[in-house]
Amino acid sequence: MAQGIHVATTINGDAVEYVCQPRETLLEVLRNRLGLTGAKEGCGTGDCGACSVTLDGRLVCSCLVLGAEAEGRSVTTVEGLSTNGNLHPLQKKFIEHAALQCGICTPGFLVSAKALLDRNPDPTEEEIRYALAGNLCRCTGYDKIVRAVDAAAKELRSKA
Amino acid sequence: MNHDQSFTNQEFKIVGTRPPRPDGVDKVTGRARYGADAFAPGQLVGLILRSPHAHAKIKKIDISKAEKLPGVKAVITSADLPDLTKGDRGQLDILENCMARGRALYDGHAVAAVAAVDAETARKALQLIKVDYQVLPHVTDVDEAMKDNAPIVQPHIRTVGVNPAPTKASNVSQRTEFGHGDVEAGFKRADVIVERSYKTEQTHQGYIEPHACLASVGPDGQGELWVTTQGHFTFRNQCASLLGMDVAKLKVTSSEIGGGFGGKTHVWMEPVALALSRKANRPVKVVMTRDEVFRATGPTCSTSIDVKIGATKDGRITAALATLRYQDGAFPSIWGMLGGMTSFACYDLENVKAIAYDVLVNRPKVAAYRAPSAPMAAFAVESTIDQVAAEIGWDPVDFRIKNAAKEGTRASYGPTYGPIGIGPTLLAAKNHPHMKAPLRKNQGRGMACGFWFNFGGQTCTDLNIGVDGTVSLTVGTVDVGGSRASLSLIAAEELGIPYEKVKCTVADTASLGHNDTTEGSRGTFSSGMATIYAARDAIRVLKERAAKTWEIDVADVTWRNGRAMALKAEHGNLNELTLEELAAASPRTGGPIAGHNEVVADGAGVSFATHICDIEVDPETGHTKVIRYTVIQDAGKAIHPDYVEGQFQGAAAQGIGWALNEEYIYGKDGRLQNPGFLDYRIPVCSDLPFIDTQILEIPNPGHPYGVRGVGETSIVPPLAAIANAVSNAAGVRLTHIPMSPPRILKAIKNGNGKSHAGR
Amino acid sequence: MQYAAPTTVKEAAGLLAKSKGSAFVLAGGTDLLVRLKSGLIEPDLVVDIKRIASMQTVTKAAGGFKIGAAVPCAVLGENAALKKAWPGVVEAANLIGSDQVQGRCTIVGNLCNASPAADSVPAMVAAGAKALVVGPKGRRTIAVEDVVVGPGKTSLKKGEVVEAITLPKPAPKTGDAYLRFIPRTEMDIAVVSAGVCLTLGPKGVVKKARVALGAVGPTVIVVPKAAAAIVGTKLDDAALAALAKACEAACKPIDDKRGTIEFRTEVAGVLARRAAKIAYERAGG
Repeated sequence: MAQGIHVATTINGDAVEYVCQPRETLLEVLRNRLGLTGAKEGCGTGDCGACSVTLDGRLVCSCLVLGAEAEGRSVTTVEGLSTNGNLHPLQKKFIEHAALQCGICTPGFLVSAKALLDRNPDPTEEEIRYALAGNLCRCTGYDKIVRAVDAAAKELRSKA
Repeated sequence: MNHDQSFTNQEFKIVGTRPPRPDGVDKVTGRARYGADAFAPGQLVGLILRSPHAHAKIKKIDISKAEKLPGVKAVITSADLPDLTKGDRGQLDILENCMARGRALYDGHAVAAVAAVDAETARKALQLIKVDYQVLPHVTDVDEAMKDNAPIVQPHIRTVGVNPAPTKASNVSQRTEFGHGDVEAGFKRADVIVERSYKTEQTHQGYIEPHACLASVGPDGQGELWVTTQGHFTFRNQCASLLGMDVAKLKVTSSEIGGGFGGKTHVWMEPVALALSRKANRPVKVVMTRDEVFRATGPTCSTSIDVKIGATKDGRITAALATLRYQDGAFPSIWGMLGGMTSFACYDLENVKAIAYDVLVNRPKVAAYRAPSAPMAAFAVESTIDQVAAEIGWDPVDFRIKNAAKEGTRASYGPTYGPIGIGPTLLAAKNHPHMKAPLRKNQGRGMACGFWFNFGGQTCTDLNIGVDGTVSLTVGTVDVGGSRASLSLIAAEELGIPYEKVKCTVADTASLGHNDTTEGSRGTFSSGMATIYAARDAIRVLKERAAKTWEIDVADVTWRNGRAMALKAEHGNLNELTLEELAAASPRTGGPIAGHNEVVADGAGVSFATHICDIEVDPETGHTKVIRYTVIQDAGKAIHPDYVEGQFQGAAAQGIGWALNEEYIYGKDGRLQNPGFLDYRIPVCSDLPFIDTQILEIPNPGHPYGVRGVGETSIVPPLAAIANAVSNAAGVRLTHIPMSPPRILKAIKNGNGKSHAGR
Repeated sequence: MQYAAPTTVKEAAGLLAKSKGSAFVLAGGTDLLVRLKSGLIEPDLVVDIKRIASMQTVTKAAGGFKIGAAVPCAVLGENAALKKAWPGVVEAANLIGSDQVQGRCTIVGNLCNASPAADSVPAMVAAGAKALVVGPKGRRTIAVEDVVVGPGKTSLKKGEVVEAITLPKPAPKTGDAYLRFIPRTEMDIAVVSAGVCLTLGPKGVVKKARVALGAVGPTVIVVPKAAAAIVGTKLDDAALAALAKACEAACKPIDDKRGTIEFRTEVAGVLARRAAKIAYERAGG
């Protein structure tokens, strides 16, 4: 008995349609059906943030969203961060400040950091740390990540 | 070609700078491909069925219903992985760990696997497999496992290293001993003796990327494996051996790796994926869940350690003794032995002894975790050192300086040290501004030292010069933390060309000779060494091409700043030939220009570190806050300082998590209760302050640039540095890691502070 | 498994009532999807309530507030009026999980998931919150503490769904606060928690108080003796000590992977004391 749910949604500004099973998560849809492998599964339980995306502008863990829920909504992933091949200041600062080592957590951090700066363009160190508490990194100890986000915030403020 | 590996003091133009890494853009855009990011046409989803029992006999496995489920293409058990090990017990242990052979040895042990057209079908298929278990008594605690009446994990084990050789089965697989001198005499001379017992709980490397691979084996016995690994050549050898395939016919490509720290140096489910693919005759993708990663890969040991240190009032240690009990999981290994070797490595001791036991329990097979075995031993020793210092009224840093190992010291584990960094890091710590920073209420400061051997190993590197003069550097050591950037710096330095002209790639196993795993902090050290020699090899060819072009003797050609120059006044009319010019001309002068090197990189230099930390303890709840943290470590030569700092900070962060909150919690039923990131608590961003770093450079005489491995040492000091800080903050001496709030609060309530001072 | 996304409460209740097998309500999914993926539950039907207009808003009602069941906790934290009136409830709701979880989780979901350690519950109970339940037999309103009957168990009947939580208008000089103990700084499930709500009379003397403890029993524990210990006082040391002692006595915790009986009991008293002081300050004391 066919169970597939037809979903029409918007991903990184593009209209997208797919069919998914009721149990499938948005993360599984992004990675396995749409080829958007930037979002990663680190835990599957919403504890590591490697799967972070925004859903209608809200930061969420895509491993805890059903693919069916994206109907009529708008999703952005790390693949939508740069525009026309130009890296977003966050992406540039992450590279400049060596804020990644293995890089597996980086897409999640970038999406979370952007969500932070979108609502709070001038965060303190403490605000940055608490906003990113939902993203686990095992390589860096977070030091250079916090510095990179702070630097990106400064650059974005100077351009605004 | 033999190369002189010794250190030559030189001025660097490029090495030591901080350019962006070559894989940075891919990683910030989501383009980089990790283990789970590969897809093959017709691929199947592989899932593994795991034992829910800590110890059980497997009487029967009925896969018939699972095989019949539509969409299931293969179901395997150990019957599909025959023993081809020809009596090699170590290999058989690996095979048995990948798939149980008649007995389940820990909660999570793989017993069967399926490959199906989608995840849902595979999930249902697993539910249809019927396993008939006979549950057996289990043991999960290292001390319990050593008792006479403990359930035996491996009946064939007879303890090695005891005299007379035992005939009865034991959970103690080996006893090893290190040291020199006469500790009994040394203790007699001591004014003060501190004797204490310590325990550390089991932790996991906690890499954010679960194990994942895509395996494809054809009916002709040839195969491909895409896998996240620290050592694809090692994985190739292992998998080919276990599956009876020819090494050259199994091509293994390492994906980008999402963290390893030692946990991805070992095969866990890759042979299973290959066996599924072989049976199904289709590619099979196996991705572990986080639950499986915790239950069924290779955490580090839990330990039980006794330390006794004696000293005279003038600050000299007269004797040091440690007895270490490390559990290796369900299969024998050497982790206890390594703990014994590292225990007292920081100190210059006349009388020292370390006795180590490797013990079996019904837990997963332990794998390396960043400076494996050293953090636990250092916790016990460095905590005791602080207590001894307090007993004789010495400042803890000065006491360590007085007893620190130096060039010429006979190390507690045997060799004699060359120039080393323990003294310099201690001195740097003493003078660091952190030491003078004011402390507030409920805050305490602690420090500790750490050591790691570092390794060299087999390395093979190619350096190919493209027709436009850009350079392809092909290495076989997996890049775990940015080594491609460092290796590019080295190649650029040797060739005298800009960093941006070098592109470093980690090649698959078909494209290079064997490279050992990226572990033991050997990546930059050994591939760096091989890069230097490969570059010098290419320079030899470049000089020959210049000589040929100029029609002069090659002895008259020198290479400097990226160009060939003719020495001698008589050649003064010859213009320099740049790398680009020689490359462009190469089709006519003899073909492609390349350099190559195979080396077993000896001479790895030991690396020492000293850490300082300030901890605040809430006396009413036992809650801890890390206020300030400083890492001072000897890197020999920091090729790319950003990545050296990154290693210091990352290792320290893991040590902090280990010290304060991370532990495997087993129930009485022998099952792991916290196989997830919710209750296996690694530090989050808001848990940590900025981690200050100071790189010291005491050149390693065994490397042309003086490089020492740096990746591991800084996970060693945090456990004791934090315990010492907590002791100073709250007046309690914690001897059980992690120092979680319930343990700290209990210690505060019981007022258990004093050490056991003898004499 | 079937997935349905009804657009009215009536439709949602009807789907739940008619379901043949096991049916679950999906709001934020931060508990439901975890349980689903772990194999703990095998739902036949999942009813997504996030398309129901009446559940999506926070509205002022009778001077108090009505919080729809589909409102994510992040939205609560952005509601200035709600934060001003019930800072304890909002801070409790905002402690659940990370920013990612906050974008999805709801206090109704937190309540109905019925974990003994749920963050929003002690604060809601202390504040006197109520749950509006819609079912096949119509509507009913019950106190929040009557929704949960045991770990993972609610008093809701088949076909019933909570449409909203209501909070009363706070009396003048009322303050509430919520504190929890976790070993890290974020991301952990509460090891022990305390919600305190108090109202002051003249001269800063406590007139009314409610103390609720979380994660120290199968359901939230209301401690009337702790409240009584501070009523009629200005929170002097003796009163606070008595409050703490009463909380310790009322605890019925267990040993588990997150904490020991000893630890939870001790810290329950500490947190209740600290939360009372914050609530007192917020009330104008």
